[in-house]
Amino acid sequence: MSTAPDVLFRTLADPTRRAIFERLCREGEQTVGALTVQSGVSQPAVSKHLGALKQAGLVRDRHEGRQTHYSAQPGALNPLIDWTSQMAGFWQNRLDALDDLLKRMDQ
Amino acid sequence: MNEAATETRSVVIEREFAYPPERLWRALTQPHLIEEWLMKNDFKPTVGHRFNLRGEWGGVLDCEVLAIEPQRSLAYTWNFTHEDEAYDLKSVVTFTLTPQGAGTHLRVEQAGFRPSQKQAYGGAHAGWKQFFTKLDELLARAE
Repeated sequence: MSTAPDVLFRTLADPTRRAIFERLCREGEQTVGALTVQSGVSQPAVSKHLGALKQAGLVRDRHEGRQTHYSAQPGALNPLIDWTSQMAGFWQNRLDALDDLLKRMDQ
Repeated sequence: MNEAATETRSVVIEREFAYPPERLWRALTQPHLIEEWLMKNDFKPTVGHRFNLRGEWGGVLDCEVLAIEPQRSLAYTWNFTHEDEAYDLKSVVTFTLTPQGAGTHLRVEQAGFRPSQKQAYGGAHAGWKQFFTKLDELLARAE
């Protein structure tokens, strides 16, 4: 597997971070302040989570005056739903089984 | 996003086996052997023959033999029909065997498309918990 899915899974493994991302998906663009109110953690913690999400390409920020607005980038999840990488894994697995079978046919 | 809906993708897997093409060919074309490494099936090595591959997850693939050249190549459709187009897959799998020393080089290519990208975006917007449940099912389906 390429590193991209690893980064996505690692980034979304944290429940608080996942909740922030989920909220942005559901409710659209938000400021750090608005996200903090409902997150149950401090603003610096929310900012830190947003930084991690941004690094993984899961959110984008937009500066407007003194406010920073964040929005979800669900397209970043594409590597996880790309059927070609799923099928590649599937075939690798099946060909292992095929190799086993060929061995057993050896009589 | 319209291009994504008709985009054709393919995956190629290559592997060397320490056995001659004749043995590989049997494993690729005899139903009881196909079942051992791939899935339950009613395959027949005849062009135009329609058959199903039945996965352990309960899914059924619709297949039709497209081309067959004994001990060299075999191609069949690999279609998964689902009312939710995010799960739909229309593809063609081609096995190509090349003798290599005492063994065989096998190339498996799966070419096709799944018009799923739009659905996936929609799912993520609707809430990605729901979306990830689908992903889980999708990944489970690959087993």
